[in-house]
Amino acid sequence: MAFTFAAFCYMLSLVLCAALIFFAIWHIIAFDELRTDFKSPIDQCNPAHARERLRNIERICFLLRKLVLPEYSIHSLFCIMFLCAQEWLTLGLNVPLLFYHLWRYFRCPADSSELAYDPPAVMNADTLSYCQKEAWCKLAFYLLSFFYYLYCMIYTLVSS
Amino acid sequence: MAQPAGAPTGQQPYSNGPVQNQLMHSPDGQGYSPAVPGSYSHQMPAKVPPHQSSGQYSYSGSQNVSQLNNYQGPGQTLNRPPVAAFSGSPVQQPGPVPQGLLPVLQNSAAVSSAGSFPPGASPPVLSNWQYSQPPVSQPLGAQTSPLAGVPGTGSAQPPSSLPGSTNPAGSYQYAASPGAPLLQNSYMKPGSAPPPVTQPLTPLHPPRPPLGPPPVGGSPRPSTAVAGPPSAQFLQKSAANQEGDAMPAASDGSVVQNSYDAIEGGGLMAAPHYSPAAPNLKMNRSVGYSYPALPPGYQHTSPPGAPGMNASALQYPDGSKHFHQPAMGTNHLTASMGGLSLQQEGLRPVNLLQERNILPTTLLKAPVPNLHEDIQKLNCNPELFRCTLTNIPQTQALLNKAKLPLGLLLHPFKDLSQLPVVTSSIIVRCRSCRTYINPFVSFLDQRRWKCNLCYRVNDVPEEFLYNPVTRVYGEPHKRPEVQNATIEFMAPSEYMLRPPQPPVYLFVFDVSHNAIETGYLDTVCQTLLDNLDSLPGNTRTKIGFITFDSTIHFYGLQEGLSQPQMLIVSDIEDVFIPMPENLLVNLNENKELIQDLLKTLPQMFTKSLETQSALGPALQAAFKLMSPTGGRITVFQTQLPSVGMGALKSREEPNQRATAKDIHLTPSTDFYKKLALDCSGQQVAVDLFLLSGQYSDLASLGCISRYSAGSVYYYQSYHRKHNPVQVEKLQKELKRYLTRKIGFEAVMRIRCTKGLSIHTFHGNFFVRSTDLLSLPNVNPDAGYAVQMSVEESLTDMQVVSFQSALLYTSSKGERRIRVHTMCLPVVTTLSDVYLGADVQAITGLLANMAVDRSVSATLSDARDALVNAVIDSLAAYRSSVLSIQQPGLTAPYSLRLFPLYILALLKQKAFQTGTNTRLDERIFTMCQVKNQPLVYLMLMTHPSLYKVDNLTDEVMFLWIGKNCGQGFITQVLGVPNYGSIPQNMTHLPELETAESIRTRAFISWLREQRPFFPILYIIKDESPLKSSFLQNMIEDRTESALSYYEFLLHIQQQVNK
Repeated sequence: MAFTFAAFCYMLSLVLCAALIFFAIWHIIAFDELRTDFKSPIDQCNPAHARERLRNIERICFLLRKLVLPEYSIHSLFCIMFLCAQEWLTLGLNVPLLFYHLWRYFRCPADSSELAYDPPAVMNADTLSYCQKEAWCKLAFYLLSFFYYLYCMIYTLVSS
Repeated sequence: MAQPAGAPTGQQPYSNGPVQNQLMHSPDGQGYSPAVPGSYSHQMPAKVPPHQSSGQYSYSGSQNVSQLNNYQGPGQTLNRPPVAAFSGSPVQQPGPVPQGLLPVLQNSAAVSSAGSFPPGASPPVLSNWQYSQPPVSQPLGAQTSPLAGVPGTGSAQPPSSLPGSTNPAGSYQYAASPGAPLLQNSYMKPGSAPPPVTQPLTPLHPPRPPLGPPPVGGSPRPSTAVAGPPSAQFLQKSAANQEGDAMPAASDGSVVQNSYDAIEGGGLMAAPHYSPAAPNLKMNRSVGYSYPALPPGYQHTSPPGAPGMNASALQYPDGSKHFHQPAMGTNHLTASMGGLSLQQEGLRPVNLLQERNILPTTLLKAPVPNLHEDIQKLNCNPELFRCTLTNIPQTQALLNKAKLPLGLLLHPFKDLSQLPVVTSSIIVRCRSCRTYINPFVSFLDQRRWKCNLCYRVNDVPEEFLYNPVTRVYGEPHKRPEVQNATIEFMAPSEYMLRPPQPPVYLFVFDVSHNAIETGYLDTVCQTLLDNLDSLPGNTRTKIGFITFDSTIHFYGLQEGLSQPQMLIVSDIEDVFIPMPENLLVNLNENKELIQDLLKTLPQMFTKSLETQSALGPALQAAFKLMSPTGGRITVFQTQLPSVGMGALKSREEPNQRATAKDIHLTPSTDFYKKLALDCSGQQVAVDLFLLSGQYSDLASLGCISRYSAGSVYYYQSYHRKHNPVQVEKLQKELKRYLTRKIGFEAVMRIRCTKGLSIHTFHGNFFVRSTDLLSLPNVNPDAGYAVQMSVEESLTDMQVVSFQSALLYTSSKGERRIRVHTMCLPVVTTLSDVYLGADVQAITGLLANMAVDRSVSATLSDARDALVNAVIDSLAAYRSSVLSIQQPGLTAPYSLRLFPLYILALLKQKAFQTGTNTRLDERIFTMCQVKNQPLVYLMLMTHPSLYKVDNLTDEVMFLWIGKNCGQGFITQVLGVPNYGSIPQNMTHLPELETAESIRTRAFISWLREQRPFFPILYIIKDESPLKSSFLQNMIEDRTESALSYYEFLLHIQQQVNK
């Protein structure tokens, strides 16, 4: 029984992973909200509703944008921690997602970083379904890694 | 005989709205000589056995008709004059019985129609009657069973068997012979003058007599060319009437004026000019479709001497048909004459390297879906609604294999000729998917109908059973809603949760020093002044003005003021509106004050030295002013906005234009995008007129229009003195802009049959919830495109349908819904998918996708994607459809123009490489690609070349070759010899020679056909504009782009890899 740095890493990542899971769930809900307008078609055509709906979309997109950086930085923090703790297997599992995040972040059109999740782009059915799929995949990944971290934490605590 | 649409209405009883009824049915009445249906109605009183009629409407039963059945009945679509194809050229036509020409034509029509029909094919004729003359339902009823039997009998009826089948031929002729002349007269009428003038129209048109009749040999083509345009005008007229607009000008725009003369002129020109016997112009070979620069292979294809003649002679009618509704007449003629061969030819692979003369001799039309002709004749006009694949692949796998994009191109708010309008207390819609009832639903029995999009069975409401047209109870399938694929509903009150907004127009002018220098304000104010009365609107119309330099100026126009009151707001960081109630004022009540203002405005700022431009704050102010009502903001901007919110920096580096890598196609700030979304939420659209000499970052500024469903106009280097042609262009386009129809607070929804899903939209709008487009304004010059995928396989479906519904508030303050429905067959084999490919629609959709790609990735990516689209589809065709591997580059017949069009796209300003395109110009072209309807897009991409030696594009070029005939130079251009043609000539002198009159008539006719105003450039061999002309010679090689032949070789190499 030893409280090593690795064990600490796993404990911390366990907590943060829970946060990421919440993020992912929130994303799923947000995209669902964007996709479907829960008003009846006649209501949807109502200009007053249009205003409300648009404000809603903008608010969601604003929040989505706000969440991009925290999520990506938490995940890269994991990678750095595992690198320091020399947990190579765990690091290896996380590296693909790290690269994906980097790609996502830098692929945004060069002129302004504001363009990630901007309302006209996100509302495109194609983009929206891609984002939704992405959110589901991330949820699954974070859930699995949550249990994996839990296992690893106990294992490191017990083994040495 | 039914009166033309303009005639007083109301005689026909139609409980819900006499006007609409009359209009809806008048064209048919015109089309079919009254004698014929009349006599029938005597013989057979109306009584329809219900079971027969219900059988008739279960379309699913008669789907698998052989290809022979794609004959389009003359009355196929409401809005086109049915028998126009038979009309002679105007010279021959006027006589009551055109002896020389008509019999021949009739014959051919009879032959072909009979040929494309199985024996016993009288149903088309009869059903047309029925369609046009509702009371005559008996003959139809009698014929329904043969109709249903068509699939069985119509397997293969070669044209040779015609003589045998006397019945169809006879019956058809019966319809056609009285129909043609009568129709001709009646439908010319509204175009020309008062109804009683059934006489030859000759006297109306002075230039005709000296010219003499065109050779009869060439008649079919000129005749079609001529037959079209009047219809266009007719269309416009009746549209105006039918909209109930008090001011026709308001809805017609300038297009209509004068078009008859022009057409006549154009048509007349066609004959002498293009007849091989008397070419007035010496044909310069370098202008025809065979260029000296081309590899030898090009010229081999057709006999020497002929090609130039050929190309242009044929090209002419081509162009003439560009613009009116795809001239039903011609359509019909070719369909009936070539219907057979067309279908078979569709399967024929074309070796592109060998067959060079692939350009069609007539205008390329949308392929006709292979549907039962009963359904096809109800189908939506391809100009309004068009699919890239008219045969929908059954599964996504099949679609992937074909490597062609699946999508729709829409022009939903096009000015229409004949638009049935229904005022009804109920609008019948599917209970689950909210689809509007349409011609492609099936009636299970009288009380139930099955939705063709989601297959839910719905009840027919009680009111719907009564048919107001025939005044018969129990015929829901004969209601106008079920007879027209394009229809407009007057929305009942539940569709408006707030009162419809009044038309509100706000004009925002840049009055900085730079703007005053260009002198645009004079032109704009004058044009506005002239058209103040024809702005679409009603008594509630409101108007307001804002000007800005580094401060913002408002104009108080309230009643009681002796002159407009100017209010200056200099706090541009936090804009507020001084006395908002007086800035937007009622147009009618304050007209004098407004006119005062427009007269003084150009002089007010002449001494201004302010160079800064605060566009951002001005737009914010405009938005604040407009947000309580919604409406249209028209912004005139002449430079890069430099102060306040939304200030921009110049990003263009001229020496970097060449590298396609680092050009700035994305906006540099999202200020304009955000503002546009706010505008969209408040039902405000922003239209941008950019008149700028230097770089103005249209990529950023354009967002304001793009997301608020506005439109962008760009006048490069506008200057009152230095660039007078731009002034004229601005004048004309502004006039069209001000007077065209407009719809406010609109939303559009596109639905499609379960299994298909729409995933990407192109155009100017904001997508509010996956399938709902928010359009604060909608105008008749805007087009939209959508991409689709096959989500679930469409097994056990024979047809799929698409429906677009546009809900808008008209300028008269009525809430209206315009619904278009299209029905297409589903196929299971790859060769069928290729057979139905619509090459123009595909090119249009690919262009839209390429714009997206160049913004999200790079321009070179987009170019590669375009080339790959050709390579992939041809490779797929080669590997999976062709059984025999031939050498060379083979393409399916339907896609034979695909490489050419893609090459044309690559050479277009939007996608070309090289240094000669300015960034703003490039972005403007991209905006146009996104926002223009397909017809105009194709015209921009692949302009038509006419024999008069001019090329049409957004600008027109009149190319004067060195060895141009002396006669043309003196008589048309009015100068003694070639050397003295001025360098920058942009107008044709008005000379009293026949040639001059003809040429000018032709050019003005060409201009009238487009919503934008093309500038005419007269170009000599050594002119600096030569390159812009040659740039449109798509098949040629230029410094940075391949020639067509080289491009084909490149593709071949890739395909055969």
